[in-house]
This record gives sequence, C-alpha cells and structure tokens, in this order.
Amino acid sequence: MDTAELKIYTRNLDLFYGDVQALKNISIDIEEKRVTALIGPSGCGKSTFLKTLNRMNDLIASVRIQGEVFFDNLNVYEQYDIVELRKRVGMVFQKPNPFPMSIYDNVAYGPRIHGVKSKSVLDEIVEKSLQNAALWDEVKDRLKQNAMGLSGGQQQRLCIARVLAVEPEVVLMDEPTSALDPISTLKIEDLIDELKEKYTIIIVTHNMQQAGRISDKTAFFLHGEIVEYDYTEKIFSKPSDKRTEDYITGRFG
Amino acid sequence: MVTRHFFDKELDDLHLDLIKMGSLVEESIENTILALKKQDVELARKIFKNDDVIDDMESKIERNCFNLIARQSPLAKDLRTISTALKIITDMERIADHSADIAEITIRMANEKYIKPLIDIPKMAELAKIMVNKSIDAYIRQDVELAQKVCDSDDEVDDLFHKIILELTNIMKNDPQTIEQATNFMFIAKYLERMADHATNISEWVVYNVTGEHEHLTRHMDHRDDRIHNPFIIDEDSEK
Ligand SMILES: Nc1ncnc2c1ncn2[C@@H]1O[C@H](COP(=O)(O)OP(=O)(O)O)[C@@H](O)[C@H]1O
Ligand SMILES: [Mg+2]
Repeated sequence: MDTAELKIYTRNLDLFYGDVQALKNISIDIEEKRVTALIGPSGCGKSTFLKTLNRMNDLIASVRIQGEVFFDNLNVYEQYDIVELRKRVGMVFQKPNPFPMSIYDNVAYGPRIHGVKSKSVLDEIVEKSLQNAALWDEVKDRLKQNAMGLSGGQQQRLCIARVLAVEPEVVLMDEPTSALDPISTLKIEDLIDELKEKYTIIIVTHNMQQAGRISDKTAFFLHGEIVEYDYTEKIFSKPSDKRTEDYITGRFG
Repeated sequence: MVTRHFFDKELDDLHLDLIKMGSLVEESIENTILALKKQDVELARKIFKNDDVIDDMESKIERNCFNLIARQSPLAKDLRTISTALKIITDMERIADHSADIAEITIRMANEKYIKPLIDIPKMAELAKIMVNKSIDAYIRQDVELAQKVCDSDDEVDDLFHKIILELTNIMKNDPQTIEQATNFMFIAKYLERMADHATNISEWVVYNVTGEHEHLTRHMDHRDDRIHNPFIIDEDSEK
C-alpha cells in the first residue's frame, strides 16, 4: 500500500530494554479509521509496541530504539513535538485510572492543559466527549461528583472520554476491558465500533473473541516479533502460520 | 506442550461419531442396491430402520457441535472442523434418505418382472457408493487429493445418469406398458445421481476443512448447457 494512505507505519523497528530486545524488526502498516488488534502471549511486546507509537517509552533511560515510526507520514521520533504527538495519539490503559477529582474535571483536564479556558467551550467539550464515550446519560446529573465513585466500567469509559476530549486521531488501548465485567466489556466494544468512524484504533487484547468481534485487522506478536498480520477474518478462520493457529486455538504451551 | 486436553478429546469423539455415521450410510447404499437387484422386500424394510438410526446420529452429532461451539468458542482449524462436521452430516443424512427412497420403490416393484436387466443402475449405484466411501475416507484422513478425486467421479455418474434416462425413454416410447416401471427407474437414477452430488459436497467440505477455501470442485462444462434444452444428449466420450 502507498504509505500516503497509512495513518501509522513502522519500519524495521527494534526496541531494547538494556540488553534485552523487546521488539524485533517490526514493520507494520496501520490504516486510518480501522480497528487493529494486537494479540499474543504475555511478555511478547504488545504494550511495548503500543508505547512506541506515542513515545511513552523512549524517555526511559535504559530504552534504545532503532528503526522508524511514522505517523501521518512524519517520523514520530524526529518530526514531532512530544506534547503535540500525545495529544493526537491518545492512550487508554488496562486499569481505569481516573484522577481523584470530579467527573467534569477529569474530562476537562486535557483541554485545560492545552489552553482552553472558556467555561462554555469546556462544557461543550465535556458533554460531547462523554456522549462519544457512551457515558453521558449515566452521569449527566452528577458531573460534580468524584469520579472514583463510578463503577469500573464507567471509570473506563470516563478515561476514554478523557482521551477523546483532546480530539486525538489515534486511540491506543492496552487491554481496556480486562478488568471489566462482561456487560461493561460489551459496552466498550460497542463504543469502539462507533469510534472507528472518526478514529484509528489500536487495541491490545487477550480476549480472542473480543479481537474477533471488534477488529478489522489482527497482528499476532510472539517473542517481540510479528508472526502474522492479516484481516481478522483470515486470522481467526485460517491463519497462515502454525504458531498463530496454535495460539488462537489455545494449544500454545 | 499441548493444552486443551478436554476439548481435543471431545473433537476425537466427534470424529468417531462421524466415522460411525459414515459407515452406516455406506451400508445402507449397499443394502439398497442388493435389495433392488434381488427384489428383497425384507432387506428393503431394514433400510428404513437403518435410516432412523442415521437420523438419530445426525441429531446427536449436531447437538454435540452446538455444544462445542457454545462452550469452547472454537477458532481457526477447530472452527473449520466443527463447521465441516455440521455440514457433512446433512449430506450424509440426505444420502441415507435417498437410500430409503429407493428402498420404497423396490418394495413397490417387488412383484413385477423388471422391464430390463439391471446393468447401468447398479453400476451407477456402485460409483455413488464408492464416492461416498471415498468422501468419508477423505474426511477421516483429511486428504485433499482424494476429495478432489471424488469430485471428478461426479461427472462419470452424471454421464451414466443421462445414459440411463435416454435408454428408459426409448423403452417407454416403444412400449407404453413399461411407463410405470420406467418412471420408477428414472426416480432411482435421479436419487443415485443426488447421492453422488452429496458425496461431492462432503468432499468440498473436506477441502475447506484443510485449506480454508470452500470451492465447487466439479467441472462446469459449457458444452453441457445444451442438456438444459435436451436432457437426452450423451457426450460422445462417455459412450464407449
Ligand atoms: N520498563 C521495562 N524495563 C525492562 N523490561 C521491560 C520493561 N517493560 C517491559 N519489559 C520487558 O519487555 C518484554 C515485553 O513486555 P510487554 O511489552 O509489557 O509485553 P506484553 O504487553 O506483550 O505483555 C517483557 O519481557 C518485559 O519483561
Ligand atoms: Mg501488556
């Protein structure tokens, strides 16, 4: 594919934690407004890879990176200001991590940092973000309440709203539903399906069925490498590589 | 290291059930042809009983497949194996139904002298039986090549079918007295032709199970379109 059409792509990306190589020669093309799932056993480098996309780990002293990451055709490590990059490439983590402040202030936090001061503009951003995160109806009457009082599923959607509030283009999600009950999980999945109209989403998941339900493409990571990357339908019905087959059918030692 | 012992055991059981159902189906084709040849009413009745057993097996296998899908969330090869099982039991069950259909006609004609010696019909039945046998074998061994061979044989069966129809039509034209029986034989030929089609379906699913591609593997021959207008055309190469 012509790289001009790609939202993100990496070329021969290596990452080392000290002497340990956590990513090996990763070259992947990620299309705009698609959901890309990253699967693979624990410790295979999924989170590490995700963090290279918005520079969450190159500032760690022991980390060394070779190769290139491109976002909108510009080199992430050479042509972006890190604050600007993280605004455009947001991240949602495994455990919901709302700030110990009101629901409203959680969502308004990012826009305020980026200089939005007007109360009416902030009100608008908060409402829109909460709506986009499918949380508005549940919290609109208690915006001033502390976010820590929300359920786990609501907290995670609040974190998504917080990311959406700064109007990113890419949303990275690292096992966003692994701490949630099945209903909250399905709500987040529905949300992801809606979000992909506007955003490019990359999601790490240990739940094969989840990857199957929500993603357009799936990459299988093993020992820091991408073994197979293809349309999700293909990966889950007829993967090309025996190791992928073994992993997704649960016959992986 | 292999995990999912329990699931693997259940897949093995499924496999064994399919083999068992397959051998029952083969047996029923064999008996059908024997009963028809010998005008053996008793044997024909046995085929009905056998058919009930096959129906029950189909339901049992179907239930097992649904359970496995619900509880084990099979993916990739596992998903293909279970889907394949679900598809081929339908074909096997149909084959057995057609055996029973033929047995019914056999009983109906039991006291009549056949209008012609049976040559091509048993030949066709034998071919159909071999196709069924091989398709089940191909499933057991996951043998794509064997499955392809089954599909190739389907053309032979089709040719025989058209030959039989032509012959029966001629017999009818010459002697209207034969119409009733000739029509019965036409149905029998049609049932046999359908059996071969079902064996072909099974083979196509075997190929899917192995390769992930479900294709129709029988030849499509444009020059046979004329059969739509005249079903009594015989290919020159099939008239030996
Ligand atoms: N900050 C770190 N310092 C040193 N090693 C790390 C660090 N983070 C992750 N690793 C190592 O890198 C490898 C990949 O980890 P990670 O990206 O978290 O895998 P995954 O998300 O697939 O479970 C693992 O071997 C892990 O121990
Ligand atoms: Mg991780």
